[in-house]
Amino acid sequence: MSLDPSFVGRSYPPTAPYQVGREKIREFATAIGATDAAYHDPEAARALGHPDVVAPPTFPQVLTMAANARIVEDPALGVDYSRVVHGDQRFAYTRPVVAGDELVCVSSIDEITSRGGHGFLTTRTEVATVAGEPVVTVWSKIVVRGEA
Amino acid sequence: MELPTQTFRVTRADLVRYAGASGDFNPIHWSDRIATGVGLPGVIAHGMFTMALVGRALTGWAGASDAVVDYNVRFARPVVVPDDDQGTEIEVSAVVREVTEEGLTRLDVTATCRGEKVLSQARATVRTPA
Repeated sequence: MSLDPSFVGRSYPPTAPYQVGREKIREFATAIGATDAAYHDPEAARALGHPDVVAPPTFPQVLTMAANARIVEDPALGVDYSRVVHGDQRFAYTRPVVAGDELVCVSSIDEITSRGGHGFLTTRTEVATVAGEPVVTVWSKIVVRGEA
Repeated sequence: MELPTQTFRVTRADLVRYAGASGDFNPIHWSDRIATGVGLPGVIAHGMFTMALVGRALTGWAGASDAVVDYNVRFARPVVVPDDDQGTEIEVSAVVREVTEEGLTRLDVTATCRGEKVLSQARATVRTPA
């Protein structure tokens, strides 16, 4: 399906702050089978120089997927979610996410292309603390499959 | 330099657990009826679950849980997870492409399931512990 390229550059308002909880990090780490002490034990995380347990590298998806739902569900853009598959994903870290972080996401549309009847939408989400300290930038490309 | 291959087993129970922990409840990751209805061979793993398992491989190779600085993948092929106790397996290997003067290691990563690549252009930069 073809997506309106005039949406490129559009930015969405910051999300409400997300409080990163110690138990949420432990739950996520357990779900991916990661037993690393730094994900579960605050003392082990402190030994690495962090204030509390560290989140695994792909943890920010929990926040950014919710932030990007506003784009994917924007009726003006008109993405048919039942035809969406995940294309690319990237995390570029300033520092790891740790329990106790209060994080705000600002999402924008980096790129919209069409090829072979499919639409491609790349979003960029800047994840920063409520104080404005950058933490991680997350890019996600989705493919909206055309009607075959 | 080639890094030792790491293997991860994926079962339906893992997908349910990941759905809950991540908040991604797309039914193609738990319902065969819906997955086959949209043309998939059956329930598939969340791409982000595969990416998370490869993330475990990265931190394992780096020797530090907080080592990942930059990490990107392209999802090339779905990981089909059968409804049995064995599930499927994802094999993850990598080669070191570059070691920078700042102590960063750039890796080219390969992830396969049943002998086929499930990621393409998977790359990561990890901090090498001092």
